[in-house]
Amino acid sequence: MHCAFNKFYRMKKFVLILFITHCSLFIHAQDATALINKVKAKLDKVNDYTATGVLKTDVAFIKAPVSKVVVYFKKPNHFRLQKNGGISVLPKGGISVNMGTIISTNNFTALDAGETNINNTKTKVVKLLPNDENSDVVLSTLYIDEANLLIKKAVTTTRDNGTYEVVLSYGKYADYALPDKVQFSFNAKDYKLPKGVTLDFDDSQPADKEKLKNKKGKVEIDYASYIINKGVDDKVFE
Amino acid sequence: MWQLLQIELYKIFRRPRTYIAFVAVAVLITIMQFGLKVDGQEYADFMLQSLGNFDVQGKLLNGYMVCYIVLQLMLVHVPLLVTLISADLISGEANIGTLRLLMAKPYSRTSIVVSKFCAVCVYTLLLLIWVAFLALFVSVVIFGKSDLFLMKNEYIVLIRQDDVFWRYGCAFCFAFVALITVASVGFFLSAFAENSIGPIVTTMSVIILFTVLGTLNLPVFQAISPYLFTTHMVTWKEFFDEKVNANNEALAGTLQNLPHIIHSVIILLIYIVVLVSATVWVMKKKDILS
Repeated sequence: MHCAFNKFYRMKKFVLILFITHCSLFIHAQDATALINKVKAKLDKVNDYTATGVLKTDVAFIKAPVSKVVVYFKKPNHFRLQKNGGISVLPKGGISVNMGTIISTNNFTALDAGETNINNTKTKVVKLLPNDENSDVVLSTLYIDEANLLIKKAVTTTRDNGTYEVVLSYGKYADYALPDKVQFSFNAKDYKLPKGVTLDFDDSQPADKEKLKNKKGKVEIDYASYIINKGVDDKVFE
Repeated sequence: MWQLLQIELYKIFRRPRTYIAFVAVAVLITIMQFGLKVDGQEYADFMLQSLGNFDVQGKLLNGYMVCYIVLQLMLVHVPLLVTLISADLISGEANIGTLRLLMAKPYSRTSIVVSKFCAVCVYTLLLLIWVAFLALFVSVVIFGKSDLFLMKNEYIVLIRQDDVFWRYGCAFCFAFVALITVASVGFFLSAFAENSIGPIVTTMSVIILFTVLGTLNLPVFQAISPYLFTTHMVTWKEFFDEKVNANNEALAGTLQNLPHIIHSVIILLIYIVVLVSATVWVMKKKDILS
């Protein structure tokens, strides 16, 4: 009799723990969704912008100079980076994905994944799982400065373009959640062209061959100024 | 000496053969420009396939890029055109029987030989200016200007458009030295022959043989490759490579491998000095019977 009572008591305790855990997860998920929605509302204040900045490319097999660029954005996800009369090399689908694009849809599940510090700022870690099975983004992890509603870092895994990490620093445009500096890191695939294509039959090599083995790529944009919500011509994105 | 040079230049530009090179260069470059204008985008897309997960935005196929493509192909063939004149200078005179008459003039044999060589240099310079005009200026007019995006075997170089022109200037100067080297080979061989076909064909054969030996990546040939003038003739491409700093940012106005360029220029100059000196020596010793 005593043994049966004990069993029933343990079972009740287990069910209770399960219930509390479930409720806690549900509340956390709700918290995370609410936080994302707040951030989204802040990002939504910007309908379009034209920004000037400096582009730095740090990819082992690309020798590119630092160059001045103009960046255009228009809702929902039009993005264009223009180098005045020049050529720019950018990772596919990467730099164009701004924070607004990542959370532009409501079709995701947000999960609270704890807290961590990014550059001495306490951030909330939120994992976004898209509900759409065909979405290119598989998983996004956002590190959100809850007090200022700013995304400080995002790690996004995509189907086609691998995993990339975006670190954002804010300054005078923080009220619009627009960063002063964006650092974009990604895994660069191997690059090699046959000599028959390049017609480089001589064996001259770059000075630092070791550098070419580094597969990590980085693209950085330092924004100097933004013109916000003054309209951007659609022709810019054609 | 100046009078001799004028006479030699008159002889060169009086012959229709001289203009074959100018016409051939114009036809070849025009055909290449036409092809790139019509189907250049396909060529660019093909090249960009190897870039995988990168997007290249901007005017990739611009005048600077077209000039680079044209030069890559042209500077292999222009030496053959230079040979047509250089290898004919002495042997041509021997063939028509005017060499003995020429050497009987009140000038030293050294002056006569050197003036002939200087005339070849002038011809080569004019041909190169013609190539530069068609390949660079006409291409810029047709295709416009932008940054120069070069895809090499193992890396990519992006050169700002305001940093390109001087590189072409230097590349053409280098190409001049390279072409004069070829002219020296033809000129030297010309001193041994009684007709121009022999030295022309021999010079072309030497260029082809040396190019093949330099291209074959076999250890036995790699040992001699640094001493072949054809190995150094392609060093003009080094003008289109930049240094990078610790952050991997390309530094405008720099050259990745200046010592390599200097080394190649020295090797080519040694060839020129040795071959021209040898030609002078041969001609001074030669018993001219024709």
